[in-house]
Amino acid sequence: MNKIFEVPMYAYSRSPDQDSETPIRRPVVVIGAGPIGLGAAIDLAQQDVPVVVLDDNDKVSFGSRAVCYAKRPLEILDRLGCGQPMVDKGVEWSIGKVFFDERKIFEFDLLPEDGHERPAFINLQQYYFEEYLVNRVTELQAEGKQIEIRGKNKVSAIGAHDNHATLEIDTPEGPYNLEAEWLIACDGARSPTRQMMGLDFVGRVFEDNFLIADVIMEADFPTERWFWFDPPFNKGQSALLHKQPDNVWRIDLQLGWDIDKEEEKKPENVIPRLKAMLGEDVEFELEWVSIYTFQCRRMEKFRHGRVLFAGDSAHQVSPFGARGANSGLQDTDNLAWKLKLVIDGKAPEALLDSYSQERVHGAEENILNSSRSTDFITPKSDMSRILRDAVLDLAETHDFARPLVNAGRLSVPCTYDGSALNMADALDGPECTRPGSPCPDVKLGDDFLLRQLGGEFTLLTIDADAPDLIEEDGIEVTRLALSAKEDTTGALKARYLGDEPSAVYLIRPDQHVAARRPSFDENLFRAAIRRATGKE
Amino acid sequence: MSDLNLQPNIPGADDFYAGLLAAHDGLSKEDSDALNARLLLVLANHIGDRAVLDNAIAVAKASA
Repeated sequence: MNKIFEVPMYAYSRSPDQDSETPIRRPVVVIGAGPIGLGAAIDLAQQDVPVVVLDDNDKVSFGSRAVCYAKRPLEILDRLGCGQPMVDKGVEWSIGKVFFDERKIFEFDLLPEDGHERPAFINLQQYYFEEYLVNRVTELQAEGKQIEIRGKNKVSAIGAHDNHATLEIDTPEGPYNLEAEWLIACDGARSPTRQMMGLDFVGRVFEDNFLIADVIMEADFPTERWFWFDPPFNKGQSALLHKQPDNVWRIDLQLGWDIDKEEEKKPENVIPRLKAMLGEDVEFELEWVSIYTFQCRRMEKFRHGRVLFAGDSAHQVSPFGARGANSGLQDTDNLAWKLKLVIDGKAPEALLDSYSQERVHGAEENILNSSRSTDFITPKSDMSRILRDAVLDLAETHDFARPLVNAGRLSVPCTYDGSALNMADALDGPECTRPGSPCPDVKLGDDFLLRQLGGEFTLLTIDADAPDLIEEDGIEVTRLALSAKEDTTGALKARYLGDEPSAVYLIRPDQHVAARRPSFDENLFRAAIRRATGKE
Repeated sequence: MSDLNLQPNIPGADDFYAGLLAAHDGLSKEDSDALNARLLLVLANHIGDRAVLDNAIAVAKASA
């Protein structure tokens, strides 16, 4: 049987655009049919923006690649109509164990607070994720949405202009030209778009190599994240074991810097390493092996006129913390509603600069966290190793040292503190819902808050009066009226009121808080809507 | 400035210092370095005040 990633999912077929005498101009073209490109395209198509996705390949991701998906991206995928298959297929986990040398030094539980629909984390091979996204594209096409993926369409040249971009595209049947009013580049860390446009990508290279192996085995290891510092089977280095669906296990082995990558990738060298780790008698089959070196870097800004960068093309992090695909989905979540408003003439183009500002802020946070994890996992000096080992030795018996152990700070969404779209906080409420924050979920009877918020501007009132609909300069804001008195779990009060008796929140289409006050005030909320859409 | 105490504060300073040296008696350089690192972390956690710790790092750096 062929693996899913060996079968073309969006085979090349000729587009009428290729036969046009003059280049056709499309409202939005996305380059790259990876998770981020498809996420952007689905989000826009759901909002009735016609979108064409170009990809130089015609298959889903080769090998498992990104395997850890966090709660916030799953919530975003719910809005994109793909959350459920992810959670149904994915492996839920919350326990992590940390080993040092031959000893287990402690374990942790990421058990989330109650009242969230989605789990803290699932593990799932990237090729399944992409398959569900491609299925969703097909579903949207059946509903009449204008979305298409063009396989084997490789962009060979880009011209950036004031009000559009021009593209030269190679196909199996020869080249053609296309124009895009807006171009979204989701073409990965080596982004050809970024290179063709001569744009910067500055940061830090970590001098290390990691072997990733996906092995298929019937093993009775529990569904937990196991991380080793300096294990007997990989002395002086680190190792990670993680479960994926279909009895596939992800193993990461740190190899150091001075190695021969091609040699190390050969099964005759990989298998003895894995046997040393798993035990001589464990039967396993190799599904995929890769060696990676990583960097932490980002573009200075993610918007260059009509060209927008999202995902790894805009920022790259180390894999520790699962901050790659997870942050990329938060990019498109931030971008799609803004682009929709700009295309519809309901917001100025400058709103898209806030995409860059807010997501640069997110990328900085991710780069900081993943660089620190890397510095802990791979000490860069004798003293940093001495301190690291001291932390690990103390953590075995003393609670206080455990927060210092850094085997990856797992992805959490960032709060857009200081964003130009936020109003000053006018509620003496909980920190977790201050302006800029992603809304935390709350169970509401048989439903959940995030599902009720959906993907439009919402005025959330909790024990407060307000009009059911406000329209401000083309932006419609509908009210969601809730009462903390009806919430027996207490989560609504804990997360949205604190000690205040009432609150009114303006919530953006990406479910981030734009403004909050104890009560409704028409002028102030109209100002908040204008600010959140880049109009003041 | 944080209230990092830079005035004499350890009663029986000589006894404390002797205890510190005694803890290192017979240790290799490697084991002594590891002991110092653990001690540093234990003390830093006890202090717990980030401003005091940052100030202590600055004072230690400036005294070489």
